[in-house]
Amino acid sequence: MKGGFITTTLNSMLGWGRKFSLFQYPFITACCGMEYMSVACAHYDLDRFGMGWTRFSPRQADMLLVVGTITQKEAPILKTVYDQMTEPKWVVAFGACAVSGGIYDNYAVVQGIDNIIPVDVYIPGCPPRPETILNALIKLQEKIQKEGHDWRWKKKK
Amino acid sequence: MEKEEIIDALKQNFSEKIRDISVQFGDEIIVIDRNSLLDIVKFLKAEPYAFTMLLDLTCVDYKGEELRFEMVYHLFSLSTNIRLRIKTRLPEKDPSIDSLTSVWKNANWLEREAYDMFGIRFDGHPYLRRLFMYDGFEGHPLRKDYPLRKRQPRIRMRK
Repeated sequence: MKGGFITTTLNSMLGWGRKFSLFQYPFITACCGMEYMSVACAHYDLDRFGMGWTRFSPRQADMLLVVGTITQKEAPILKTVYDQMTEPKWVVAFGACAVSGGIYDNYAVVQGIDNIIPVDVYIPGCPPRPETILNALIKLQEKIQKEGHDWRWKKKK
Repeated sequence: MEKEEIIDALKQNFSEKIRDISVQFGDEIIVIDRNSLLDIVKFLKAEPYAFTMLLDLTCVDYKGEELRFEMVYHLFSLSTNIRLRIKTRLPEKDPSIDSLTSVWKNANWLEREAYDMFGIRFDGHPYLRRLFMYDGFEGHPLRKDYPLRKRQPRIRMRK
């Protein structure tokens, strides 16, 4: 984003504010959820990175964590949840199944959630280790910091 | 009660309906005619045999054979601690068999699963609808002739 001193400073401030106040919506469908729980709870503690608030309504969340296998039957539900989230929003594909379908290459499973919704960060692993998840979420924060922020948020395609 | 007593009783009462009796992995396998399934099952559930549990009900697809589908019923008697397997074959053109929902309640969902995955029709089932796959799904995915790469997404895929 091009701009003068004031707009770039404002942009950087917005990025700083947004990256440390990520409200998360965990969309948990499978065993990766156990790994998510260990990361979100006191032992690894997502709250250190400003992601401590779990929102059980997509309308209040900034970050959609898709944790686990997404089946064809579930795909419209995930899409609805994503559409209900207000901008700005980010999506994390958590674990091999969400990234690519994982070991389930069959009639029932969506081969990666990027077939349905846009994804910002992919976390590989079956399930991923908590350190991997923390690393990925810090990467997401860096991405948010670098993004061009606008009061009128442009829709991602 | 011993297994032999049950086998003997079955042989006496249903001699012409039982095709074969064999033993595999320590459990008896009884192969029967499909028309006599309800009679035999009710006989086994009643005292003194008391097979009160239907552990599992599933289907096997032997593609290419005339009697293509094989139904497998796993029974368990809590009072005598005996397991029993009942098998019967269904033809490809008319894969239908009596429903066991009147005997065991849990047969309801197990039969819906078999209908969903293999397309077996269960006569007398109160609510024979797909259990796992969604409405609008075509075909039965565990049949051997279901295309390996066939996908039926419910919403438009982005790529």
